[in-house]
Amino acid sequence: MGYFEVKNVCKRFGDTQVLRGIDFSMEKGQVVSIIGSSGSGKTTLLRCINFLCDPDAGEFYLENQLLFDAAEKRSLSDAAIRSKRKNFGLVFQQFNLFPQYNVKENLCLAPKLLAKEEPDFKARKKELYAAIEAHAAELLEQVGLTDKADSYPCELSGGQQQRVAIARALMLSPKILCFDEPTSALDPELTGEVLKVLKELAQKKITMIIVTHEMAFAREISDKIVFMAEGVIAEEGDPQTLFDHPKSPRLQAFLAKTEV
Amino acid sequence: MLVQVTFWDVTLSLLKGFWETLEIFGVTLLFALPLGLIIAFGSMSRFYPLKWLCRTVVWIIRGTPLMLQLIVFYYGPGLLFDWELLEVPTAVYLTFSINYACYFSEIYRGGIEAIPKGQYEAGEVLGMKKSQIFFRVVLLQVIKHIIPPMSNEIITLVKDTSLARIITYYEIIYFAESYIRTAGLIWPLFYTAVFYLAFCGLLTLLFGAIEKKLSYFKA
Ligand SMILES: Nc1ncnc2c1ncn2[C@@H]1O[C@H](COP(=O)(O)OP(=O)(O)OP(=O)(O)O)[C@@H](O)[C@H]1O
Ligand SMILES: [Mg+2]
Repeated sequence: MGYFEVKNVCKRFGDTQVLRGIDFSMEKGQVVSIIGSSGSGKTTLLRCINFLCDPDAGEFYLENQLLFDAAEKRSLSDAAIRSKRKNFGLVFQQFNLFPQYNVKENLCLAPKLLAKEEPDFKARKKELYAAIEAHAAELLEQVGLTDKADSYPCELSGGQQQRVAIARALMLSPKILCFDEPTSALDPELTGEVLKVLKELAQKKITMIIVTHEMAFAREISDKIVFMAEGVIAEEGDPQTLFDHPKSPRLQAFLAKTEV
Repeated sequence: MLVQVTFWDVTLSLLKGFWETLEIFGVTLLFALPLGLIIAFGSMSRFYPLKWLCRTVVWIIRGTPLMLQLIVFYYGPGLLFDWELLEVPTAVYLTFSINYACYFSEIYRGGIEAIPKGQYEAGEVLGMKKSQIFFRVVLLQVIKHIIPPMSNEIITLVKDTSLARIITYYEIIYFAESYIRTAGLIWPLFYTAVFYLAFCGLLTLLFGAIEKKLSYFKA
């Protein structure tokens, strides 16, 4: 069994069956890229994995343990979902930084709130907060934004905002970090700086699931490519095989369209 | 027989009248600000009966003149049910509070609905609790959104207080008008404008300062 396994995930909105039984698995430290045409359900899948939308059926296994089973989701309390969700991080297409907080505060807000739940918070407050701030400084350096720590989101370019969003997601050290088209909202000249950060994370063996339309990038960074079409995984494999020798007609058509 | 009055007499008496005006203003804000929030949540509720009740009340209150509402609240219970009349100030505070709560509720609702879903979702995936998301992420953005319309509405309230006269609440206009009868003077009535202008000017400065304070971010 893989490090993270998705089994038979189904989701419908009204009459549209958006996910029709998604199965895939990945190993620790791997990068999996999800590609597929618009409306194929890529975002919905990421949202299910991050508990932003609950699947009608399906299971998630993390580290050989059942993490989520759609059959018993009703019995899950908010607190239970919150603790399960800590295993994952999600970086949005639209960054979704908190506008009223500066970069450092964006990074520290959630970890500091979580620190309050530590049993000995009162006694160790200073120490906990100092550790969080040190971690934030470290991550900001990693994404190359140390000099922007006190800037507000509205003072940053899209590429910088997305790098802050990545650092913010890393603050909680998720086991699996998901990205939903992290460069789609960016001007072409700004995508490079974000992709560079992702490559560095891949080198650090951060486990990542990346939904992307950047084919060259997906090919370079991924250990595995998953091609989704109409709510199913139509084809998956290592990048060379999948891009150079696509088997299914749907993937062939998709690649022909995107390469033009 | 007309009485002789000095500018000083008039000023003192109008100050007293304006104090009555400010009482309506203050009490209305005190009750309407929180009540508006309750109505706003009600009209966004997923429980349909509550939602439609709130929206209907808001529709009726916003769709009829405040002056008419004053008359209905004051005389209505007596005429319909033979109940005793409310005390005048009670009727005024009640009507104004409900009326303004309805207006505020729509402003709150607009402000809350203007916050992108992504803000809530970002908080959720970072493991924040719903209440933490509301108080630490959403609230300040809502406040920033609603300050301009709220300041408009609150400044309107200052002037709407003069409608209370219709059910014999003695506020500044009433005090000024009485000089027409007792002293044959019209200028005290014009003089009331100074009080309104000064107070509204003060409020404008106050809201301007708050807006400036929140201008460091874009939401
Ligand atoms: N909350 C929702 N309510 C109703 N329908 C939805 C909802 N979210 C997604 N859908 C529908 O589900 C389908 C898949 O959407 P999804 O966003 O997962 O696609 P996607 O693969 O991410 O597409 P894109 O490449 O354009 O981002 C679409 O047809 C969309 O209209
Ligand atoms: Mg999408």
